[in-house]
Amino acid sequence: MTDPLIRVRGLTLGHTDRVLLENADFDVARGDVFVILGGSGCGKSTLLRHLIGLERPIGGQIEIAGVGAPRLVGEAPEYGVMFQSGALFSSLTVGENVAFALSEWTDLPQPAINAIVRAKLALVGLEAAEDKLPAEISGGMKKRAAIARALAFEPSLLFLDEPSAGLDPVSAAELDELIIVLNRALGLTVVMVTHELQSIFKVGKNCIMLDKESRSIIARGDPRALERESRDPRVRRFFRREAA
Amino acid sequence: MLPGFTWRVESEGGGLAIAIGGSLTLEEAAGLWRRVTEVLERERRFSRVSIDLSQVESLDGSCLALLVHLRAELGKRRVPCEFVGAGKEHRKLLELHGRRRLKRRPRRRPRNAVEQVGQASVNVFHATLHVLDFFGELIVAAATALKRPRSLNLRDVTLTMERAGADAVPIVLLINFLTGFVMAYQSAEQLARFGANIFVADLVGLAMVRELGPLMTAIIVCGRSGAAFAAELGTMKVSEEVDALRTLGLLPLRYLVLPRVLGLMLVAPALTLLADAIGIAGGVLVAAATLDVTPSAFITELQQVMTSWDVTSGLIKSVVFSGTLGIIACQQGLATAGGAEGVGRQTTSAVVISLFSLILLDAIFTVLFGVLTS
Repeated sequence: MTDPLIRVRGLTLGHTDRVLLENADFDVARGDVFVILGGSGCGKSTLLRHLIGLERPIGGQIEIAGVGAPRLVGEAPEYGVMFQSGALFSSLTVGENVAFALSEWTDLPQPAINAIVRAKLALVGLEAAEDKLPAEISGGMKKRAAIARALAFEPSLLFLDEPSAGLDPVSAAELDELIIVLNRALGLTVVMVTHELQSIFKVGKNCIMLDKESRSIIARGDPRALERESRDPRVRRFFRREAA
Repeated sequence: MLPGFTWRVESEGGGLAIAIGGSLTLEEAAGLWRRVTEVLERERRFSRVSIDLSQVESLDGSCLALLVHLRAELGKRRVPCEFVGAGKEHRKLLELHGRRRLKRRPRRRPRNAVEQVGQASVNVFHATLHVLDFFGELIVAAATALKRPRSLNLRDVTLTMERAGADAVPIVLLINFLTGFVMAYQSAEQLARFGANIFVADLVGLAMVRELGPLMTAIIVCGRSGAAFAAELGTMKVSEEVDALRTLGLLPLRYLVLPRVLGLMLVAPALTLLADAIGIAGGVLVAAATLDVTPSAFITELQQVMTSWDVTSGLIKSVVFSGTLGIIACQQGLATAGGAEGVGRQTTSAVVISLFSLILLDAIFTVLFGVLTS
């Protein structure tokens, strides 16, 4: 792989009382849809929080676009993030949520921001929800609104934490389609955490699988190939939904 | 009522053979539990126990749990126990209910009083360090906001001034009016006894502007706005809104905390002036009604004893009080972890720490101003 967008070397991470992942190496190529897989409690979301820069690793390095790990020190966002719950600002309308970064970090006049907001909401199928508060929309709509907010600043990299968890099959499929379109049409690199097998096979180009017991990456590559070819019983169980 | 299950016990070659039949459902759980405890009481007489489930027609989770409990208890006493004759579905259920043995956490040793006091002292020390650390970061955020005024969230400054200031006016007026009223009423009898009626103006006026106006106002602001800040920021923290804010390039300290603290500090002196005035009005009312001191005499006396420093010192206190409780409330809110329970815990903690800090600061100010003006 040449010139990866994300390069992780010797990463060790965890919480104060326990290590979740030790000495992990992996790369994410530009234009990839990279899925972080694994059972509950293996550290998928924690790894994502480290990639985003919300937590500092115990050891190792994370580089994004050739520079060090993101530091979140109050500069314009370079990538978009969708949190598992959506994490929309509850005191702002959906439209204001999407407009947030544009209002804070650009000199665009309000009509221009409004036009961008409407376009982003149309992209995720939420034109009618612009003036609604987050409390007035469903969980699926919150997730789509969160994606619109993450896309508002035109990032080249999008982090998604469990995008289709808790959604009905139709909404989940629509979200998968949206991720594919964003990746193909805009060249967006997507890093996502999910356990939804259908989503993994539909949108994932590459993946890593974390294991709670060994605190390591136990598989990497194309998820479809891993499902067919992996001889690791833990990987086979995951993809075949078999009980341990 | 006859039990819906059968329980046949036979001794065979040093072991105990139990054959159960019929329906083992929640309705039968009490009867089954009696049988289980009987076996556990007699267990030492047997080298092994087998439980035949071949005649069981239906088995639910509750009765199954009791049987698994029996097996586990016998196992602990080194009496092997096995289930035989169970159907395929029942075997699967038995495996699911009893296959994993969780390691028990070592029970916490109860701490003695000295240890508890020591731990509490360490906690207070750490909490103080966190607040000071937070205060330092806030100074840096304020300096950055001064350099880049656009980065300050002015909308929240005005919103805080409205919520903590304008919306608090009725309660501030009521509480402080009653404070002045009660103080004058309590002192009226003593003053009248010495013919010192007019000194009610000195007492109420100076106490209100120097001490009670700023302090009572700060306590009201703490209860209303301090708790609200802690709960609001705590909820934002647990719902990942604070993380989302950071990923959008905005620092919570600069965007959420600074405007709230600034808003409180701007509005507190105005509230304190209102509190001073209405507290004195309460005193005027009591003086006129019970001490025959007319309002004009009250005001004239007040003009003679009160200096501008008395009012200014009260206003300085109010600014420091409001800034302190704003910082503590926001720090506690942003330290929230663990969902709704965590929000409640941090909100309580914010109010308690703020009230303690207010009283401590008031004592420090009293001594400091006393030294400065002596």
